[in-house]
Formats: sequence, structure tokens, C-alpha cells
Amino acid sequence: MFRRNGSQCVATFAVDEVRVLRKVAGEVVGLLMDGFDHTDPVVSRLFPDIYPDRPDDSAEFRLYTEGDLKTGKIDQAGAILAALPDDGPGEVRLDGEEAEAWLRAINDARLAMATRLDIQSDTDLGDELDEAVIHDPGSSRVFQLSVYAYLGYLQESLLNALPDIEQA
Amino acid sequence: MALPQVAPVKTPQIEEVPADDRPWVTIVWDDPVNLMSYVTWVFQKLFGFSREKAEKLMMDVHNKGKAVVSTGARERMEMDASQLHGYGLWATVDRA
Repeated sequence: MFRRNGSQCVATFAVDEVRVLRKVAGEVVGLLMDGFDHTDPVVSRLFPDIYPDRPDDSAEFRLYTEGDLKTGKIDQAGAILAALPDDGPGEVRLDGEEAEAWLRAINDARLAMATRLDIQSDTDLGDELDEAVIHDPGSSRVFQLSVYAYLGYLQESLLNALPDIEQA
Repeated sequence: MALPQVAPVKTPQIEEVPADDRPWVTIVWDDPVNLMSYVTWVFQKLFGFSREKAEKLMMDVHNKGKAVVSTGARERMEMDASQLHGYGLWATVDRA
């Protein structure tokens, strides 16, 4: 988890955490680099229609903006990969700009995972996880739910470690 | 010589704004994933809102399901929504 150290946000990650974060960030990059399928619920959540009732206007807007948006999301996921140790445990130190990229990238990963896991506003993660463990402790759902919960804690810790935002 | 007086033309009601001149709004919708603290941070970061204002807006999104976060010309609203998408918030544009 992140903590504040001077002007930086610092976290020490165990080897498993490094691997999970590499995997998660890599999956976001993979999703964005692959052919783009707008019927994929994950894609439509990461790139929502700007005019829900006017598909033509949404599509036109998409034409001009989606490339930049996609590049931005790939870059922010890349910021996670760039700051992590190659393999094994290690410390990550983020300046303000890097911390922002991490926050955005963790959020994209959480959005993608939540869509696949069908997380709703009344979903209790603890209950969901208990149920999945009873069903099959070694299942991919147990792993995915655990990672999703972990990313939420990590994002919250990074938000708390940020220096206060100066008012514009 | 003065021309014959003509009945004045009825002045148009200028206070009635034609439908096309209504401003546009950017709307942020509630979703089950984004952390409350994250949404507050995004509003502060993107719009330069005070923490109090950003928190109030975030609570509006949370409690009412959506909130208007900016108002103005259509192109500006489209830019705001696109930037919000960059942060992973669920934003749309509509007429005020």
C-alpha cells in the first residue's frame, strides 16, 4: 500500500503484488491494442457513448477522439509497468504525475474487472468472495475477486498518499 | 414632409430563447466501481473545484444517480466528457 514520503508516494510491493500488477496492467494494454470491439461491455464502459440517445452523433465524436483516449489509456497502464521492479519484490516511488497515471490506470483495470465480474452497486465483495471460495477455492473467480478488492485498497491508499491539490 | 405613420411592427419577444440557443451540459453518472475519494479527486483535478464543492458534486452523483458537472458550449462539454472518460468516469453530454 502507498504512503507519503516527502513529495512522493511510496509503496513496497511483495513479489506476488508485482506479478499481479504487471499482469493486470498488461491485460489493459492488451485489451486496448487488440482489435476494438464496441459490443464488448468492457470496451463500452471504458469508452462510453457521449450521446446515449444519438448513436450517429456518438459515433462521429468517437471518430475524432477515440484514438487519443486510447493512447492515453495505454500510456497510463504503461506507467505502472515502467515503475514496477522487473521481477521480485521492490519499492515504487511516484512523483505527482506518475501517481496520477497510476490512479487512472488502476481505475481502468478495476472498471474492466468489475464489468467481467458483474459487480453491481449492491454487490458485497466479502459475500461474493466467500461464496466463490465455497464454490471452488481454486477458481479464477476467487482470484479475480481478490485482485479486484486488492486494487481498490491500493487505489484508496494512493489517493490518501497524494499531496493536497492546490486550488486552481 | 413626413411619411405616413405606419403601425409599429410587433417587437419579437427577446426573452424567449430559441431552443437551439440552450446551453449544453456534461453529466456524470453513478457507477458501482469508482471510489468516492477518486471521483472527488477527479473533480478537483479536472475542474479546479474546491474539495467541498467536489465532494458535494460527488455525493450528488452517488445519491441521485447523476449530476451536472459543467455547463456551456457544446464543444466544451464534449471536451469535458472526453477528459472524464480518460479518468474512467461515466460522462455524457446533453442539452441543459
